[in-house]
Amino acid sequence: MDSNLKKLSMQVNVEDLLPASEKEKEYMVKMRPSTTAFQDGVRRLKKNKVAMVSFGIIILITLASILIPMFWPYKYEAMLGITPGRPVDSSYNNLKPFEYSKTELKQIEEGEKIFPHVFGTDASGRDYFIRVVYGTRISLAVGFFASIIVLVIGLVVGSVAGYAGGMVDIIIMRIVDVIYSLPDMLMVILLASVLREPLGKALEGTVLEKIGSNIISLFIIFALLYWVSMSRLIRGQILSLREQEYVLAAQASGAKGGWVIRKHLIPNSISVIVISTALQIPNAIFTESYLSFLGLGVNAPMPSLGSLASDALNGLKSYPYRLVIPALVISLIVLSLNLFGDGLRDAFDPKLNG
Amino acid sequence: MNPKTISYIIKRLILAVFTVWVVFTLTFFIMHAVPGGPFVGEKAISKAAQEALEAKYGLDKPLSTQYFTYLNDVLHFRFGPSLKQRGRMVIDIMGDGLKTSAKLGVVAALLALVFGVVLGAGAALNRNSIPDRIIMVLTTAFVSMPSFIMGSLLLVVFAIRLHVLPANGAAAGGLILPVITLMLYPMAYITRLTRSSMLDVLGQDYIRTAKAKGVPAGKIIFGHALKNSLIPVITYFGPMLAYIVTGSLVVEQIFAVPGIGRAFVSSIINRDYMMIMGTTIVLATLIVVMNLISDILYKVVDPRITLE
Repeated sequence: MDSNLKKLSMQVNVEDLLPASEKEKEYMVKMRPSTTAFQDGVRRLKKNKVAMVSFGIIILITLASILIPMFWPYKYEAMLGITPGRPVDSSYNNLKPFEYSKTELKQIEEGEKIFPHVFGTDASGRDYFIRVVYGTRISLAVGFFASIIVLVIGLVVGSVAGYAGGMVDIIIMRIVDVIYSLPDMLMVILLASVLREPLGKALEGTVLEKIGSNIISLFIIFALLYWVSMSRLIRGQILSLREQEYVLAAQASGAKGGWVIRKHLIPNSISVIVISTALQIPNAIFTESYLSFLGLGVNAPMPSLGSLASDALNGLKSYPYRLVIPALVISLIVLSLNLFGDGLRDAFDPKLNG
Repeated sequence: MNPKTISYIIKRLILAVFTVWVVFTLTFFIMHAVPGGPFVGEKAISKAAQEALEAKYGLDKPLSTQYFTYLNDVLHFRFGPSLKQRGRMVIDIMGDGLKTSAKLGVVAALLALVFGVVLGAGAALNRNSIPDRIIMVLTTAFVSMPSFIMGSLLLVVFAIRLHVLPANGAAAGGLILPVITLMLYPMAYITRLTRSSMLDVLGQDYIRTAKAKGVPAGKIIFGHALKNSLIPVITYFGPMLAYIVTGSLVVEQIFAVPGIGRAFVSSIINRDYMMIMGTTIVLATLIVVMNLISDILYKVVDPRITLE
C-alpha cells in the first residue's frame, strides 16, 4: 500500500482525509448485542470458579438423590431379613461397608448376584447407602420448598408494606420487629414438639399424610417465622424503587398498585430476591437436620440426614462411619449452597456494581 | 448521652419486655393446645396426683384465669413441678443445668471472642498472605458446618479413634470437646467480621494521617484501628448467645453434658410440659436480654450510627 512506503514522508495522504465508506464504518464500530442486568450478572457468576464448582456439586447431589433410588435394588424402609411369615434373619444387621450377610454369601455361592451394600446396613438390616441418599433427597426437598414458602410470604408482605406506606407499613413493620426478636430456634422446637400429634391426626386420610406430619409442621413453622428477613429486604428495595419515574408514569396511566408491584417493582428487585432465597435454602436445610437430630424432624422410617446422624450416636464406637457419612453429606450440601449463594451475591449485588 | 440515644434505649427496652411477654404467651397457649393439656404425659398420673394438680393450677377454671395464675407464678420464679422427674421442681432442675451450661457457654464465648479478634486482626494486617488465605478457607468451612456435625466429628476423631479426650461430658476434662465444638462457629464468624471491619478501618483517612504523622504502628493498631473495628463485633453478642444456647442443645446431647440443654431436649422427648414451658421462657428471656444489651451497647459506643 502507498501508506507503507510513505510512512516517513511528511506529505499528507489525501485518501486518509476522505469521509469513511460504509464498509469502513462497520469495521470501526463494534456493535455488541445489548445485555440485561441479569445476563451481566450471569456472566460475572460464570467467571467465579468457586461458585461454579459449588453449583456443580449441588446439581450432582440433587441429580443423584433423584435418580439413584430409581435403580437401586434396596428400599430405604426395607428391613432385609424380615420377610412376613418367616423367622427374622438377623444376619443382615450391622453389616460393614461392602460386607455381605451370611444369607447373601450363601446366595452368591448358589450363583445369585447380590448388589453390594456400599455403606453397609444399619441395626435393623436396612441398606445404609439408600437411606443416606433418601435422607439427602428429603433434606434438599425440605430446604427448597421451605425457602419457596418463605419467599412467597415475604414477597407479598414486604411489597405490600413497602408500596402502601403509611399506617399499613408501620403496623406490618412492628409485627416484623417482634417476630424478628423472637428466639427462633426455641419457638421452632416448641412448635415442632407440639404440632406432632394433632397434626398427625388432622392429616390422616389426606394426601399430605404420606409426606409426614413432621415435615408439614416444619413447613408451617417456616411459614410462620422465617419470612421476616425476606419481607424486610423486599420492603427496602421497594421503598427505594417506588420513587422512580416509571412508577409515576405507570400510575399516571391508571395502573393500580398490584399491577405496578408485579410488573415493575418486583422484576427490578430480582437480584435481591434470588440472593436471599439462595442463602435461605442452606438455612432451611440446617434447621431441618437440626430438628431431625433432636428427634423432632421427619417421622420414622423416613430417613433424614440429621436423624441418621443422631441414630448413629448409639453404636458410635463400633460403627463410626454411620455418623461420619451423613455428617459429611450435610456439610457438603450446606457449604456448597453457601458458597454458591456468596457467588450469586458477588455477581448480582447492585451495590457492588458501578 | 444525647436524648436520641436515651429514647432509643427506652424503645428497645419496651420492645424487649414486649417480646418476652409474647414468648410467654405463645408458650402458654401452645402448651395448652396440646390435646389433654400440659399436665397429661404419656404415663397416666395417679388419680390423686391429677386431682392435686387440678386443684392447685385450677384446670377447671377458664383459660384466662390459668394464664394469669401462671404469669404470676413465673414472675415469682415458681415454675411448678417436673412431670417426669418426680419430686423435683422445674426451677431446681434448671438451676443445676444452668450451672454447667453457663460454664460451657461463657468459656466458649470468651474463647471465640479472643481467638476470633486475634485471628481476624492478624488476617487483616497481613492481607492476602498465606496465613490470611488459610484463615479465610478455614472460617468458611467452620461457618458452614452445623454444630452437631462438628461435635460428632470431633467426638469420633478425638474420643473414639484417638482416645485423647473423654467422650463423656461429666468426666474430668470432659468439657474440652464440647467447648471447642461450641466455639468454632462464633470464632469463625468473629474472625471474618473483625477482618472485614479492620480492613475498612485501615483504609480510612485518619489512619493514613496517623501514619504520616509518624505514630508507631503498634499505637495505631491498638489505639485506633482495633477499637473501631470491634464495633460490629459488639452487634454479634446477641446472636452469638442465641447460637450458644441452641448449639448447646445438641452439643450436650452428643457429649452427655448434664446441662440445661440436655434437660430441655429430654423434657421435649418425654413430654414434660412444665419443664418445657419453664425452660423455653428462661432461655428466651436470656436471649432477648442479651440482644437488648448488645443493641444498647452498640448505640452507646458509636452514636454516629443511626439505627432504624
